[in-house]
Amino acid sequence: MAKRGEIKLLGTAASPYVNRVQFVLNLKSIEYEFIEENLACKSELLLTSNPVYKKIPVLFHANKPPICESLVIIEYLDEFQPDVHRILPSVPVDRADNRFWANYVDNKYFPLYEELRQTPGKEDKEAIKKQIIEGSVLLEEAFEKFSNGKAYFGGDDLGYLDVVLGCFIAWIEFSSKRNEFNAFDEVKTPKLAKWAERIRSHESLKGAIPGNETLMNFYLMLQIHKPPRAT
Amino acid sequence: MGEVKLFRTWSSPFALRIVWALKLKGVEYETIYEDLANKSSSLLEYNPVHKKVPVLLHNGIPICESLVILEYIDETWNKGVRFLPEDPLARATARFWAKFNDEQVFPSFFRYFMSQGEDQEKAKEKALENLKLVEEHLKGKKFFGGETFGFLDLVFGWLVCYPGVINKAINQNLLAKQMFPNLCRWMEQFGDVPVIKENWPDEEALILKFHEMRQGLGIYISLPN
Repeated sequence: MAKRGEIKLLGTAASPYVNRVQFVLNLKSIEYEFIEENLACKSELLLTSNPVYKKIPVLFHANKPPICESLVIIEYLDEFQPDVHRILPSVPVDRADNRFWANYVDNKYFPLYEELRQTPGKEDKEAIKKQIIEGSVLLEEAFEKFSNGKAYFGGDDLGYLDVVLGCFIAWIEFSSKRNEFNAFDEVKTPKLAKWAERIRSHESLKGAIPGNETLMNFYLMLQIHKPPRAT
Repeated sequence: MGEVKLFRTWSSPFALRIVWALKLKGVEYETIYEDLANKSSSLLEYNPVHKKVPVLLHNGIPICESLVILEYIDETWNKGVRFLPEDPLARATARFWAKFNDEQVFPSFFRYFMSQGEDQEKAKEKALENLKLVEEHLKGKKFFGGETFGFLDLVFGWLVCYPGVINKAINQNLLAKQMFPNLCRWMEQFGDVPVIKENWPDEEALILKFHEMRQGLGIYISLPN
């Protein structure tokens, strides 16, 4: 078990990748210190602990070298503390399946939301919204397969994909409202829509899900530092 | 341990790491070559999300994405040689650099190769920046895995062959020994491992393919004399 004061997480409350790590720390009852990073003016700590990407989250565990990349951090926490709330399943084919979908979420699905923010023009935005919904439908099918009739991707309780996708719920809802559509449509993706509500209200997760004000501040910062493309 | 099939193209570096992994573990498998311009119905069935290779089929169950496949192979055939180390921190480090290769190093190298003029100069800068980080990471180590090769060596293995073949194709060498002494030394050592040495695509065929790829973009180059 990690000792008190041993784990520090460098990040920002608005980042879903940081939230994802917080979810796992909470589920595993690992106490940690949260060090808030200012992405508009990156700290020396961030630049030295993640010189390759200069991105959050970064996990510090005692005197060990820092660990970067949220999916890498999650597997590290799961391997370091496997006995409390196992995140990944133990069977290789199930682990591969989980990792495949995590890849899909991070490399194909969630980037669409940033693309939506950066794309000017109504018609082009509509095209991306359509892609998002197609992605959501794929995730609905994945949810059906993984949950097998139960409440979560992990079955009766939260697993890897609940954490990997669940960390984006706040942003998905924020983006849906701003762009006047429903990414987790109740008709096309009914199970995901219900699952999202469960994630939002889960005891171990809700403390790490950012509120609207936090999201809005981050969004405004993004609009300045990474403005949408010109028409 | 069940029937194993590998769907791949003959030239892809991502497929090669799977070939090496299976051979290093002594796994018997059947190869099915795909023509990406004319994908088989099997491929579309086994990888409906991305429709890409490589795909590993084990006991009828498809596994997609080469890094996912590598870990699957390591976890399934887990007696004997292991690719990933035991220690969670060492595993995290290997996974971090594997992601860096697949998301940054290889794509930047590919971009450099598939461009020309000013675009190529910019792409070359980025590729070199990424390679310098890898060079630094390799400092003091015989292999990426330490004294023995492992997961990360398989992931970076494409460096042993592809830059050299590209050098022959377009007469440009990115991996100069003075700039990358650690990488060049590693390329020789890892390149000497029998399974790696004996499993490369045909060099002449690769050179032709590279020319075709650049021609496809309207980049015409004269073959070196």
